[in-house]
Amino acid sequence: MSKVLMKGNEAIGEAAIRAGCKNYFAYPITPQSEVAEYLAKRMPEVDGVFLQGESEVAVGYMIFGAAAAGERVMTTSSSPGVSLMSEAISYISAAQCPAVFVNIMRGGPGLGGILPSQGDYFQATKGGGHGDYHLLVLAPDGVQEAVEMTMKAFTLAEKYRGPVMILGDGLIGQMMEPVEFPDDLKTEPSNKDDWATSGMDTRKSNKRNLVRSLFLDPKELNANNLALKAKYEQMKKEEVLYEGYNTDTDYKVLIVSYGTMSRVCKTSIDMMKQEGIEVGLLRPKSLFPFPEEAIFKAATKESCKSVISIEMSMGQMVEDVERCIKGQKKVDFYGECGGEIPSPEKIIDVIKGLL
Amino acid sequence: MGKTFSTPKSFSDNYTHYCPGCTHGIVHRLVAEAIDELGIRGRTVGIAPVGCAVLAYNYFNFDFQEAAHGRAPAMATGMKRVRPDLIVFTYQGDGDLASIGMGEIIHAANRGEKFTTIFINNAIYGMTGGQMAPTTMPGQRATTAPMGRDTDQTGMPIRMANLLGELVTPGYVTRQAVLKPQQVNKTKKAIKKAFEYQVEGKCFSFVEVISTCPTNWGLTPLDSLKWAEDNLLPYYELGDYKVPE
Repeated sequence: MSKVLMKGNEAIGEAAIRAGCKNYFAYPITPQSEVAEYLAKRMPEVDGVFLQGESEVAVGYMIFGAAAAGERVMTTSSSPGVSLMSEAISYISAAQCPAVFVNIMRGGPGLGGILPSQGDYFQATKGGGHGDYHLLVLAPDGVQEAVEMTMKAFTLAEKYRGPVMILGDGLIGQMMEPVEFPDDLKTEPSNKDDWATSGMDTRKSNKRNLVRSLFLDPKELNANNLALKAKYEQMKKEEVLYEGYNTDTDYKVLIVSYGTMSRVCKTSIDMMKQEGIEVGLLRPKSLFPFPEEAIFKAATKESCKSVISIEMSMGQMVEDVERCIKGQKKVDFYGECGGEIPSPEKIIDVIKGLL
Repeated sequence: MGKTFSTPKSFSDNYTHYCPGCTHGIVHRLVAEAIDELGIRGRTVGIAPVGCAVLAYNYFNFDFQEAAHGRAPAMATGMKRVRPDLIVFTYQGDGDLASIGMGEIIHAANRGEKFTTIFINNAIYGMTGGQMAPTTMPGQRATTAPMGRDTDQTGMPIRMANLLGELVTPGYVTRQAVLKPQQVNKTKKAIKKAFEYQVEGKCFSFVEVISTCPTNWGLTPLDSLKWAEDNLLPYYELGDYKVPE
């Protein structure tokens, strides 16, 4: 299929349709409103459902209702909106329903700003809502990867019967890049007869289904939490994604960075190479599960003297990087936020300071 | 002579967790009867609230979901939009619907979502232990209004059927009660009509039911019926507030 030039937000909307998702609920918020605007026009063309809810709180539960019925469903939002949806995300996780959430991050906390940020790393990877749960979190570094990850997200949500989050910074949503929509990423919806509240008539068995998150018996609640934990352990075995860049050299410094920030880091690495300085990059593509072993291995390479996490935040992923490296190497952090994106030259200064 | 009375198929054979004298059981049965009579059990999905009826699914025999506090109308919206062939209803109390879920119910009703809401109004929070609700009467004692509801501080009780009846979007909005046998019969008719409108794909339908809470009112079941008759019905007038053309 040929490439088309698309804005990230619009490409994410189209990717959902190409993945077989015909149901979209959302509430407007900058910098991702173009997804809703695109799908308001596009969903009716494919006999799909588009609805603008009255709040992100309500939208979270529209997603829950649709997911509980066993239909593929997606919403998109940005940081403050995702905070409001986090209540529903906790319930959806507990009730084990597949759904896709996209967070095109803006600066925070509070209203923050509308420029790109990676300030929701903690919220996305550590929970966000209440209780013991995780989301499977994928972090694209551009429009093409945003398309592919969005398409895959529906399959993963059904595989693990839980919410999957695409975590992109505002640039991923706002910039235009050439993209293609790989047909092979579309999958057939999984069989949901065992659990979905799709109406008893839709099933051969005469058993009714319940979708619930209240387990008053502590044994039952413990069992549900153990079932969730087992899924997260399986994700850690099967869904870890990352990319190494310039890691086949004898690099002295290893950068860990994701999303748009990692692309700036790649430019810095190329520029330093010209000067004869080798720097490696380990880019997590899945933030949960986190590429723990890959980071440990890359950091403990003999030539590597120190590791630095570079983020558009005040230091969030760095905590996971430190955890993976287990004190074997010094771990530094550099970050800017509020829409200030560190320049390649700034990163070079920071790296040279470590040498 | 044939069988003239039996348990509805939509009703399951379970011990009740509701308190003695609670009217939830009556309304549950009316919902089950209506669903049986319309032959829609196999495509019905109920959505339980947070509150005493969170365990409503124990008493029904069809697909059921639990919502978060007040969010049932948003869940019903999501479900009904993606599966318009399903019959979806929410069953909510007054703390759930008129307080924390006010935004969700108003907007679902105003969009004219084609589902049904059964709203139990007993003027108090039940499950959490008798706290003041937006529907609590002036001067009525509650655990969070120990001297009685002070309307200077908390305003007057919200009349949901009146409020939703004011929306311009077509819908079926009615207030009924289950304090006397005649009222139970009328409530049954209203619930069945609400589901019929949904089956026809006609409009949003809302049945408020004035109920009792003997435990949290601190009254016997019989005194509760009388208290509701004397105190709730003059303020919460029964009748249709909106009927689709």
